[in-house]
Amino acid sequence: MSKGRGDKAAEIRRLMATEGSAIEANTKGFNRKRREAVAELDNYEELRTRAREIKEDAIDRLPELIAELRESVEENGGHLYVADDAADANRYVRDVVADEDAERVVKSKSMTTEELDVNEALEADGVDVVETDLGEWVVQLADETPSHLIAPAIHRSRESIADLFETVFDPADPPETADELTTFARTRLGELIRDADVGMTGANFVTADSGTLALVTSEGNARKCAVTPDTHVAVAGVEKVVPSTDDLSPFLELLARSGTGQDLTAYVSLLTPPVDSPTLDFDDDETPLSERESDREFHLVLVDNGRMAMREDEQLRETLYCIRCGACSNSCANFQHVGGHAFGGETYSGGIGTGWEAGVESLDSAAEFNDLCTGCSRCVNGCPTKIDIPWINTVVRDRINRGADPEGTDFLVEGLTPDEEPGGLDLDKRLFGNFATLAKVGSATAPVSNWIADAAPVRWALERVAGVDARRDLPEFRRETLVDWARTRTATVTDPTREVVLYPDVYTNHVQVERGKAAVRTLEALGVSVRVPSVPSSGRAPLSQGMIATAEEHAHDVYGALAEHVDAGRDVVVIEPSDLAMFEREYERFLADAAVERLQEHSYEIMEYVYGLLANGADADALRAGDGHEVAYHAHCQQRTLGLDAHTTAVLDDLGYDVVTSDVECCGMAGSFGYKDTYYELSMDVGEDLAEQFSTPETRDRTVVASGTSCLEQLDALLSRPSRHPIELIAP
Amino acid sequence: MATTTNPTLSTFADALDELGVALTRTTADEFAATLDDVVRDPAVGVPLPFDVTYPDRVTVDPTPAALERAATGVTPATFGVANYGSVLLPSTADGAEPVSLYPELHVPVVRAGDVLPDLPEALDRFGDMARTDGASTVVATGPSATADMGELVLGAHGPEAVHVVMLDE
Ligand code: SF4
Repeated sequence: MSKGRGDKAAEIRRLMATEGSAIEANTKGFNRKRREAVAELDNYEELRTRAREIKEDAIDRLPELIAELRESVEENGGHLYVADDAADANRYVRDVVADEDAERVVKSKSMTTEELDVNEALEADGVDVVETDLGEWVVQLADETPSHLIAPAIHRSRESIADLFETVFDPADPPETADELTTFARTRLGELIRDADVGMTGANFVTADSGTLALVTSEGNARKCAVTPDTHVAVAGVEKVVPSTDDLSPFLELLARSGTGQDLTAYVSLLTPPVDSPTLDFDDDETPLSERESDREFHLVLVDNGRMAMREDEQLRETLYCIRCGACSNSCANFQHVGGHAFGGETYSGGIGTGWEAGVESLDSAAEFNDLCTGCSRCVNGCPTKIDIPWINTVVRDRINRGADPEGTDFLVEGLTPDEEPGGLDLDKRLFGNFATLAKVGSATAPVSNWIADAAPVRWALERVAGVDARRDLPEFRRETLVDWARTRTATVTDPTREVVLYPDVYTNHVQVERGKAAVRTLEALGVSVRVPSVPSSGRAPLSQGMIATAEEHAHDVYGALAEHVDAGRDVVVIEPSDLAMFEREYERFLADAAVERLQEHSYEIMEYVYGLLANGADADALRAGDGHEVAYHAHCQQRTLGLDAHTTAVLDDLGYDVVTSDVECCGMAGSFGYKDTYYELSMDVGEDLAEQFSTPETRDRTVVASGTSCLEQLDALLSRPSRHPIELIAP
Repeated sequence: MATTTNPTLSTFADALDELGVALTRTTADEFAATLDDVVRDPAVGVPLPFDVTYPDRVTVDPTPAALERAATGVTPATFGVANYGSVLLPSTADGAEPVSLYPELHVPVVRAGDVLPDLPEALDRFGDMARTDGASTVVATGPSATADMGELVLGAHGPEAVHVVMLDE
């Protein structure tokens, strides 16, 4: 097991060094432009809602829509073939190509044909298959796989493409600039398209009512491939079918914006094949275009390959709503640093990639990279069809866990792990997933537990067996937990305006007890009476390891423990944003609707709550004033997804602090992720951006504050000065 | 060049400007002269469904070989989409699709009255044509482009420049 982890760490290190910088620059550029582009769209949320509805309906009615599409395509004079799997699809395509006696097939970029390995199948028949999308062609020449859903050669710099062309073609005058490289590629590919026999494209959408394919490209190669040769084969997953042409506009308005931040991609071809355009033979200098034949053949191959089963799978079904824009990859901090060659499987990569791989390939392929999703939720608000991508990744992780070899070395932590998970679960997952239990034992035996944990042999064993990186400081458990402390103290508030339950998350309770105490002091100073009962952990830790059954148990226990407080009119105040995010997002999967609504309605993030109290007239003078105190603040990713980070800055501003906020969205730690030896270096690499922002002449002397536990730990590792939760700053 | 107070047309003009696409307005009478100024030689075009005549410089209904040599392609646009600066280019049996795609300069000709405010409206009209006649179209927005070679380059497989000629009637 540890050998596997080591190999993976080495592979990640290699990719960070070789491909990381090109990927980082490109994805961050796309992501920034996406944010700007959607901010300009006044009906963005409306379009997302509409896109989601259309997909839900289309997948729901898929068999019916395919039947309707068949009629439309056949009425137009084309052929529709629904292929069960890759072999079936490839057999059909090979037959069409063989019937044409085709020597060359020109293709425009299509992930579905990558999934099927169509190129290999045709090449085995001696057919010359040429990718015409410039990025895809680069990948083909280099004999690589695409590293991104929409930008297959995103991992390559201009220089490396120039080197590649020089090696492959040895041209007299090697192209160097982007312009020269483009001209070189266009000229070569132009010649190849010129006398190709078959053009093959994918399809972004297919409309059942008219049999129209929507092909979105900026280069124009899809148009060339579709209408230059006299045979056109389009290959698409069955999930691409939408009811009608009226449904296209929300997708088209969202696709380019979500992917690259452009308003609309240069060409949206809406082809209702066979297209009327004359077939082209550029040697013909006799026949005017209008007199040439337009006798085209058209084949639409719709591919099932696991999709119909995904449709029946309640958890994976959402994956079929994906329109392959790549926004989830671009917004993912880990993807930005390693790209699709690490963060990908056989074909698909990035956030939604594990769902696709699990559905069309295998759990093994998904397992290759599933762990790279930390569940930070940064991709959630960017997905045009509102897919809960982190949830899909959690589900896939859970299935991988359950499929794991039952012969584990579990005996080491078995005593610590009252979880609901199968015996074969990886030890590292089990260890991190049961962090609450560990913390309980840790506090009960502190400080001895801390000395032991830090002792060299123990660190060595933790790393060997459970993959805990020895370079990472371990949390220091406190003997007196927050709950213990609260039980024995006397409240300072006499005439409370409100009553709250401060949710004692595992970290606040066992490790960062100071921030819990600061929260109590702050709330009391604002006239609120505070209870800190012992409440089970939220389930975030097991959830992030894909231990869904255990997480669900926690959800029920937490609700059970909090319900009576909510019934008594108490608000629930949460310090750890990732726990609040559990209540807001994942608990919807675990609890009855009414229960989760009640919990959500009465739960607040601590600074959000302070903000609300101040806005409702609580006395700000009771808190520690800023007096211009210079602060550098890093919000937490899930807090941002929920739109809750602004409260913290508002409160600090109001109290007179001089706040600078980080605009890198991610610290790179994401809970247990940064503890694992496989990912430690990636975690630190991601964190570097944050460290840089807080080390400029303008920020380097500022007090660092951060909302999340992981962020605080990561910042402590990255910077030489300590960091604190904002509540500790303002607490009296 | 006529100025306009029609909000749809001025939105269209602004959007084209932002895309770096030139726009020239003309009338049926001045069409030949206007086009004469716009095209690069050798120029080819497909017959236009408007009441206009081509200047002699443009080879109408070219052979494939002439198309391959051409520097300019002139084609009709069924609709304009004002907010995006897009034009809807029909695929026709006389080769509007390849003529709009192969030469380095593309000149779509659109009637002012066919410029629609937004994409849903254009697709609505296209949808009817697709369902009844199996029509095909390309919603083209600016020139062809690629970012695959390390930075944005105009003119990948398609034209590197677009010059819209708008026909006032
Ligand atoms: S999951 Fe959503 S964000 Fe990711 S590629 Fe698919 S549509 Fe785009």
